[in-house]
Amino acid sequence: MGYFDSFADFVAMGGHGPYVWSAYGVSLSVLLWLVLRPIGRRRQILRQLKRQQRRQVTAAVEGRNSPT
Amino acid sequence: MASFYQWFHRMGSPRWFYEKSGRWLPWLAAAAFLLIGTGLIWGLVFAPEDARQGNSFRIIYIHVPAAFLALAGYYVMAVAGAIGLIWKMKLADMVMKSAAPLGAALTFVALFTGAVWGKPTWGTYWVWDARITSMLVLLFLYLGVMALQHAYNSLDTAARASALLALVGTVNIPIIYKSVDWWYTLHQPATIKLTGAPSMHPDMFRPLLLMILGFYAFYALVLILNTRAEILHRERRTGWVQSLSE
Repeated sequence: MGYFDSFADFVAMGGHGPYVWSAYGVSLSVLLWLVLRPIGRRRQILRQLKRQQRRQVTAAVEGRNSPT
Repeated sequence: MASFYQWFHRMGSPRWFYEKSGRWLPWLAAAAFLLIGTGLIWGLVFAPEDARQGNSFRIIYIHVPAAFLALAGYYVMAVAGAIGLIWKMKLADMVMKSAAPLGAALTFVALFTGAVWGKPTWGTYWVWDARITSMLVLLFLYLGVMALQHAYNSLDTAARASALLALVGTVNIPIIYKSVDWWYTLHQPATIKLTGAPSMHPDMFRPLLLMILGFYAFYALVLILNTRAEILHRERRTGWVQSLSE
């Protein structure tokens, strides 16, 4: 497998496995979090706007139907 | 020249930027994914191990790109802050605000991977070496800009205060670059220099180059995503944003 003799060899990283894998694990998690954060924020803003608009439409309809 | 001003003005329009940047996102995402994916597999599986450091040297493939972008990202933040200060460009303020958490996260990654790499290589996670200490200062500068963004109710005051901090903090950047030469303590000198060949075997260097390019694409992608979310938030009462959610 590439530079290594076996998959077990690759995981062990010549005894440096814990260092290599913790560095990569934490870094990739941070990168993933960085991408997902703005996507979630955008969705949340649009969802909130939609809810607001629906409320305004309902309020307008109720206003028209209520006796004055 | 007139067309340049026109372009500059349009660039300053958050709505124009939002619509234009939507088309760049798939390309940036694909570039970042392919470059980082290839670089990761190449660096982890196929690159030879370092004669002295063994396999722990593979941490370089995230450590160096993250440190690169942590520094480049500071320029982006400071320049955007300056543009916002001088021309009162709203979009520049939003870019500055968006660059701060991204830069802070990348600085954290550079520091964390450096610490983990330091243990098997130097025998310690942390040393108050000049390079490491100035990177820690960089992290605090990013966090300071983030804190100032939330310290004021007025968006303009927050932007002005954090732009000033960002600009003052640029003195730290040449210190970080030069720290390995001025104070030759523990951190090794730069692997890659703009002038001259890299002090690294091509088999090890090529995946690193892919990772650096991938991190640039990733940085641009997240900066644009952050800025777009910020635009939507600030312009949520305008007609064009309202029509987006219909």
